[in-house]
Amino acid sequence: MVSPEQIPAVSRVYRLQWEESQQSFVLLYPEGMVQLNGSAGEIMAQVDGVKSVADVIAALEAKFPEAGDLSADILEFLEIARDKHWITIS
Amino acid sequence: MAHDFINGMPTGVGKPFWLLAELTYRCPLQCSYCSNPLDLKNTGPELTTDEWIRVFEQGRKMGAAQLGFSGGEPLLRQDLEILIREARRMGYYTNLITSGLGMDGRRVADFHAAGLDHIQVSFQASSEELNNRLAGSHKAFAQKLAMAKEVKAQGYPMVLNFVIHRDNIGEIDKIIELSIELQADFVELAIAQYYGWAFINREHLLPTREQLQKAEAITNEYRARLNGNGPKLIFVTPDYYEERPKACMNGWGNIFLTVAPDGTALPCHSARELPIDFPNVRDHSLEDIWYRSTGFNHFRGYEWMKEPCRSCDEKQKDFGGCRCQAFKLTGDANNADPVCGKSEHHHKIVQARTEADQLAVGGDAATPLLARNVHNQEAALAIIARSR
Ligand code: SF4
Ligand code: SF4
Repeated sequence: MVSPEQIPAVSRVYRLQWEESQQSFVLLYPEGMVQLNGSAGEIMAQVDGVKSVADVIAALEAKFPEAGDLSADILEFLEIARDKHWITIS
Repeated sequence: MAHDFINGMPTGVGKPFWLLAELTYRCPLQCSYCSNPLDLKNTGPELTTDEWIRVFEQGRKMGAAQLGFSGGEPLLRQDLEILIREARRMGYYTNLITSGLGMDGRRVADFHAAGLDHIQVSFQASSEELNNRLAGSHKAFAQKLAMAKEVKAQGYPMVLNFVIHRDNIGEIDKIIELSIELQADFVELAIAQYYGWAFINREHLLPTREQLQKAEAITNEYRARLNGNGPKLIFVTPDYYEERPKACMNGWGNIFLTVAPDGTALPCHSARELPIDFPNVRDHSLEDIWYRSTGFNHFRGYEWMKEPCRSCDEKQKDFGGCRCQAFKLTGDANNADPVCGKSEHHHKIVQARTEADQLAVGGDAATPLLARNVHNQEAALAIIARSR
């Protein structure tokens, strides 16, 4: 489980970057790339090793006010991202 | 490591996502499995710093995101740090593929400051004696160990690459142990592929099926034991023991672009061995080369195919396999890759397997083992001429 006070960070192996030619965020890693869909990219872009999970949720809810409560979706994604080793959570 | 560079990528995009810069063919080592061309002497002068930077700029505009610096030994280029800095500034994910020879802690730090993302260090074996014999250098192993530790200490993701063949396949367990000890993030256990020097040395390199199965089983045991901790083990099986070919480079001119030291642009690093003229980045823009050159369009689509590929319902899956392998083993690059069980030349692959079995029980090889160096070039080219 991921809890609100924890702090996610992009793993050392990955680099997050906006790719103009693909109009999406991508995770680059040794000789490979994961193309993120819109919402995954938005969440990953908030992960900076400083903001807590609660901060990430607040930031995204402020950015997309029409979307309503995003916490369940974000928590679910962060868990997947951790299982895939894209992020570490401390 | 071309293992999953399209992970998550939509296929059929047709952008040169992966740009490989072979900065030089010069190399302090002499690996018999080297995939560099046999003709190491008669290529043109190396591209200059500015010429490389121009290539990187053009590639980035076309959508390239991964940039590999390889060779030969890329560390021999004194401008490597400048090239890394420029490439990183453009937004590339920068990979340095090196033997570790010619590196020291200072250079690792300078590259880090320049923005290098990842270093792949190649090893020949897990023990000093065998490693140095395979590499043709008496100090290679100690240097590699020191550099792997340095790479890790400075916070890079680290990929260790071991080319696996008959002489080191028996110690795959020790190779994995060494990788765990060095705290690698990824370990490529790549069974040699038979291009360039590796092709003329194939007899000495190709493991038997039994050896291969054992090595894979050991790798799986370690995977189970590591259970997601420690290095990710990537076992790259050789197509010589398959009945269907690989989808080589994910399709000709589809996502991969190599630029050779002299500026020749290639759809894969072995394509130089094909009887096709490839354009040079000195004369043409990368965009012209990628979209409009005859070299890059040669094997795109399915029109070029002969039977059995032409009417085969698997052609979208493997594109008929590797063009270089088809050419080397059948004399016609339009043929099916002979790895395919449907190819009328498949017996050549079966024969290589039989030879491996015979050599494993003490048979004699028909050709000498040739270390990769310019002195052996004539002998190597003669073997190729005889094999056609
Ligand atoms: S395979 Fe060996 S000889 Fe060939 S470029 Fe690499 S280190 Fe040098
Ligand atoms: S016949 Fe050609 S297309 Fe069909 S599986 Fe064999 S190599 Fe692939």
